[in-house]
Amino acid sequence: MSRRVRIALFLVSVAGVSAFLLWGLAGLPSFGDYAGPYGDLISNLAKPQRHIANAVTAVVFDYRGFDTMGEELILFGAASSVVMLLRETRDEDVADIVDRVRSDATNALSLLAALAVLVVGLDVVAHGLLTPGGGFQGGVVLAAAFLIVFLGVEFFAYNRLASTSFGEPVEAFGAGGYVGLGLVSLALGLAFLENFMGLGTFGRLTSGGSVLLVNFSSGLAVGGGFLVIFNEFLQENMAARYGR
Amino acid sequence: MIPLQVVAILFVACGALVVALSRDLVRQAIVLSIYGLGLVFLFVVFQAPDVALSALVVSGIAYPLVLVGAIARLRALQKREESR
Repeated sequence: MSRRVRIALFLVSVAGVSAFLLWGLAGLPSFGDYAGPYGDLISNLAKPQRHIANAVTAVVFDYRGFDTMGEELILFGAASSVVMLLRETRDEDVADIVDRVRSDATNALSLLAALAVLVVGLDVVAHGLLTPGGGFQGGVVLAAAFLIVFLGVEFFAYNRLASTSFGEPVEAFGAGGYVGLGLVSLALGLAFLENFMGLGTFGRLTSGGSVLLVNFSSGLAVGGGFLVIFNEFLQENMAARYGR
Repeated sequence: MIPLQVVAILFVACGALVVALSRDLVRQAIVLSIYGLGLVFLFVVFQAPDVALSALVVSGIAYPLVLVGAIARLRALQKREESR
């Protein structure tokens, strides 16, 4: 195909796409305009029906809990495929590598930061039903705490704390727990993932019934999943750097 | 639309362009995480704190790490090829 034909083809398609795009944009509702009843319904119903203050969590882990299970399993699948692609390096191959950051100040501050991030992660998970956050966000924050140990202290300590034999069971327990909670609902004669516990007092950490358990299990699944992914990359890199 | 929202949208639009135009991989990974912070800002000013938290941890921590890890691995492989 000659250059001229290609340019002609390009111009025709650009004209076509932009015509449709502009046509579509012209028909959009104005900024901030909200037509659907769903959001209003949820924000009015989440409190009386589920005793959950954060309506987003109510949707994610309760009204659409089944959807989130799919997302959970996507992460599980992604972590598994990273493991399958990168598992040339085993825990034992890199177990004796000490890749220390040579600054006592950095070491100490990073340890403090890791502890602080760990607490923030637990806080974000635990308050998922009350304030923005929840299992997914908190889980990633928890995994990041271990990462700070690697970045600011040493690989050896990181590998001891968060080896594959730690991340994998945590992820499996979380993902399995999520599905298991759905099956418990089924066994009790309810719909899959339907709330089967007392709803508790609105605004308390323990409100929300079994949604709370779903929230925690997703925190474990996500935290463990990200740890597994981090691990594979870091071990690979260490092995490459030290010629294992 | 409040002015802060306009600023956020413009920042994200420019940021995306800068990410796409960076050629050096490591630099691109760093620019990408700054662009991610812009996205977090956008979500906050559009009153979506849940999404902002997810974006913060994914684009600020997880994604850059995976990218930098992959780049380091590639470089190590290249070095091994060259030394053969």
